[in-house]
Amino acid sequence: MSDSIFDHDHHVPAVALPSDIPAALLRKTPLNLPNPAELEVLRHYTRLSQKNFSIDTQFYPLGSCTMKYNPRIAHTMAALPGFARLHPDTPAQGMQGLLQVLWELQEWLAATTGMAAVSLTPAAGAQGELAGVAMIRAYHAAHGDHGRRKMLIPTAAHGTNPASAQMAGFDVVEIPNLADGDLDMAFLDQHLGPDIAGIMLTNPSTLGVFERRITEIAARVHGAGGLLYYDGANLNAILGRVRPGQMGFDAMHLNLHKTFATPHGGGGPGAGAVAVQERLRPFLPLPVVAREAAGALRWLDEGDLPRSIGRLSAHGGNIGVLLRAHAYLRRLGRAGVGRVSAYAALNANYLLRELQRVGYQAAFPERRASHEFILSVSDLQKATGIRALDVAKRLLDFGIHAPTVYFPQLVPECLLIEPTETESKATLDRFVTVMAQIRREALEQPELLREAPHHLPVGRLDEALAARRLDVAGGL
Amino acid sequence: MPYIAHDAAETAAMLAAVGVERLDQLFDEIPPVLQVQDMALPEGLSEMALQRELEGRALANAPLRCFAGGGAYAHHIPAIVWEIAGRGEFYSAYTPYQAEASQGTLQVIYEYQSFITRLTGLEVSNASLYDGASGLAEACLMALRIQGGDKSILVPENLLPGWRRVLDSVLGLQDIRLVSVPYDRATGTLILPADAGDAAALIIPQSNALGLLEPVDALTDWAHAHGLLAIAVVNPLALALLKAPGVWGTQGADMAVGEGQPLGIPLSGGGPYFGFLACRKAQVRQLPGRLVAKTVDGQGREGFCLTLQAREQHIRRGKATSNICTNQGLMVTAATIHMAALGGYGLQQTAVLCHERAVRLRELLAGVPGVSLPYGGAFFHEFVVRLPHAAVAVRDALLGYGLLAGLPLSDWGMGEAGDLLVCATELLEEADLLAYRGALTSVLETL
Amino acid sequence: MSKIPETLRYSDTHEWVEDLGGGRYRVGITDHAQELLGDLVFVEAPEADKAIRAGAVCGVLESVKAAADLYAPLDGTVVERNDGLGDNPQWLNEDPYGQGWIMVVEADASAGDGLMDAAAYAKIAEV
Repeated sequence: MSDSIFDHDHHVPAVALPSDIPAALLRKTPLNLPNPAELEVLRHYTRLSQKNFSIDTQFYPLGSCTMKYNPRIAHTMAALPGFARLHPDTPAQGMQGLLQVLWELQEWLAATTGMAAVSLTPAAGAQGELAGVAMIRAYHAAHGDHGRRKMLIPTAAHGTNPASAQMAGFDVVEIPNLADGDLDMAFLDQHLGPDIAGIMLTNPSTLGVFERRITEIAARVHGAGGLLYYDGANLNAILGRVRPGQMGFDAMHLNLHKTFATPHGGGGPGAGAVAVQERLRPFLPLPVVAREAAGALRWLDEGDLPRSIGRLSAHGGNIGVLLRAHAYLRRLGRAGVGRVSAYAALNANYLLRELQRVGYQAAFPERRASHEFILSVSDLQKATGIRALDVAKRLLDFGIHAPTVYFPQLVPECLLIEPTETESKATLDRFVTVMAQIRREALEQPELLREAPHHLPVGRLDEALAARRLDVAGGL
Repeated sequence: MPYIAHDAAETAAMLAAVGVERLDQLFDEIPPVLQVQDMALPEGLSEMALQRELEGRALANAPLRCFAGGGAYAHHIPAIVWEIAGRGEFYSAYTPYQAEASQGTLQVIYEYQSFITRLTGLEVSNASLYDGASGLAEACLMALRIQGGDKSILVPENLLPGWRRVLDSVLGLQDIRLVSVPYDRATGTLILPADAGDAAALIIPQSNALGLLEPVDALTDWAHAHGLLAIAVVNPLALALLKAPGVWGTQGADMAVGEGQPLGIPLSGGGPYFGFLACRKAQVRQLPGRLVAKTVDGQGREGFCLTLQAREQHIRRGKATSNICTNQGLMVTAATIHMAALGGYGLQQTAVLCHERAVRLRELLAGVPGVSLPYGGAFFHEFVVRLPHAAVAVRDALLGYGLLAGLPLSDWGMGEAGDLLVCATELLEEADLLAYRGALTSVLETL
Repeated sequence: MSKIPETLRYSDTHEWVEDLGGGRYRVGITDHAQELLGDLVFVEAPEADKAIRAGAVCGVLESVKAAADLYAPLDGTVVERNDGLGDNPQWLNEDPYGQGWIMVVEADASAGDGLMDAAAYAKIAEV
């Protein structure tokens, strides 16, 4: 049954439009939005919410997305009226409390990453990447080094990496990985030269393993005059243990909505703070919070950082998300931060072993898993035609969100699984039991998987029809 | 241990299954020299202590009656908006890539897209961008892709300066020139440019940074007559009253972009907000960001899924329409519930109230000795007053009266030193307006 | 196993070419290509009068889950485009060698010399 908000509409009187605004500038047609009663609104959207999987209701082992518990205290704190009702153009003397929080977060993220300086302003990971590569561009330009147009990016990287590099005006050169998951150094060497701006890496990589020769890569790229960008998507794997600054990276972003437990909200908002070594500090995106000698805090603007790459949004970024990340970090503290990576790695390695035990094949069986790992169901595909997508859809029937599928594209029929540190052993054990059952089903009743899911509000949707018909707004 | 469930026995059993003895051994592939034992972070706090600390910080922000706008507006948000948007099923869900397990979020986005298309009079809306300003940068890049070969954008000098700076940062990376379009210093509204040069589009702000309404029909027709696209920059609440961009001029604007914050999003010191972007269906393949479509499943049941994903970075990589991935999903959820809760009627009523309060406040402030009104044109809910002293000093003095009196235009490098941009919304009652007049009168007497 | 008609010639980027005689060639994508891409939802092909160069990108193919460039299989000038694909991109899936043709190109008699025959293409498509 269709239940659209447009089905709930009551007759309302016409609103008289102001007479002091010229008629030519006023709305010509009635505002054709529905007028539901409040209880109808409440029920409609509550029911819609119940059609979602979420961390609060399901295990959500979505690789590269770090779907960990979003502590509610962080939400409560961000919603305090003293923060929520603060206008962005309040003068600094009227927002010292907020500036204190943001300044501390800058300091803590610098300490966590081993970097010299932080700007919190990027609104999401991709905007952080754009800021990062823009800083690399600005750095080379400031040194009169205008010929550096090439950005090296592993083939297995997140799609945002090449897209961000392209938006920053770079030419992208993709680098392959070797069979053991590490980067192809010979290929790297071939492309290092005076036209190299830098390299964008995730470490642990998107293949779920740590790039062991990272310091050597850093030395070679630096030797060629390039800079290293760290994609922080996988920082949860090493939080409190290994710092990108010590690995040789010059700039990076952090996905606060992954590593620092702020909610994903059905697709955002995120926050993609950037952290840099000292030599990139002058280029940080604005605004940045600074503490004056007397202890007062203020925003730094164009006058303070004239070589900044500039502003990426109208105000200070996704402040409400930053408040949540601050609360999370403050709650965990030094010891708690170290436990994040320890238990994320424990859950991932345990789950990998258990899934191998019930017959699944690891993409990199000789390697230690980071906070996530890749299985390939190519064997099932060969035996029965069952694909990774079918396994993913069948999992939904058991009330478990699907892992990431078909990323990285390097591994055929792959499932990228990230349990995160906040899941209990019991949850992982149930997942293994379900996966074992799905494997049996794949071999004995493959049609059960091909037609899955069976128990959700809808079955597999006709995506081709969606794109060809393109009904993207309606309600009538 | 906060947010970790394992007890010692469980940890030991798991380590044994993995074949190691200690947690540290899980990191044995990482060169030891890279592993640090300590970092300069404070000790953790209990939830109780954390709450106490942060409540203190929140209280250190002055509670001010808000008369400031400039792209972020204080509005009433019905209680049900965040009551529902804050439900874990929305709050803690991921991007709806697994459609069958995300029908709630997907249908919300579809309804949101429907609402935005009706407000803007355009056919397609994406699922949101980071904020209005970054949305405008994306709209400009989209216009350049559609037009092909063009190298510049016409940018009004009375566009919000914060937005202009974002255009400088983002478009500058691709060596796109921003050509300024001046405004008439007497009326505050745009002067039609002499020629279009190699521009792909004209940006048309309604209202402009001075709060004034622009002659959008003439500007849109001028853009089209010169082969440019017209990009409307609009306040979504104002669109409850004002002519929809889709019918500006004889052909209508080609794109509409704006800051979604007035639709149920708390001010929160500047974010998270969301940017909306609407366009014609013919140009949908150049649209950045996510898009939801209605379709059917194998049994013919209606459902929703992400569509035209081949435009996006996770498929198109370096050739994508944008690098955007995570957008502002939860803000869009709140905005959708907000629009539904107010309904078309409530949105129009709110917009009318904002306008009436602003008209009344402008009249009251104009009666304060020494205060004048530099512009006479029509406006929505923001206007400029010219004060006999530096607006920054007056604004700062009024903090002492519990008022955020407005935005000094000098902060933006616009207008005269005494110019203050003032905003009124439905939140302000007559007593608040009178209190502002009284406080301003006192401050001007003592300065 | 995908269909590879004996009468056509093929590029290594999975386009087929049919010699219509008189220096005119019809071009499309192979059955194998449409299988790899999945359900096609959008085709952008060059307009009539546009010059294309063998091996260069001349259009875009979008499916539900993938995007691919359309490469020109030979040097020449487009004289006709299958505009029906605009509303019916599924023709590429349903009938890649018939109703799903993409364009007709005018070219020299030698333009298609570098193309493969069906047997040679079959080896590529098997991999």
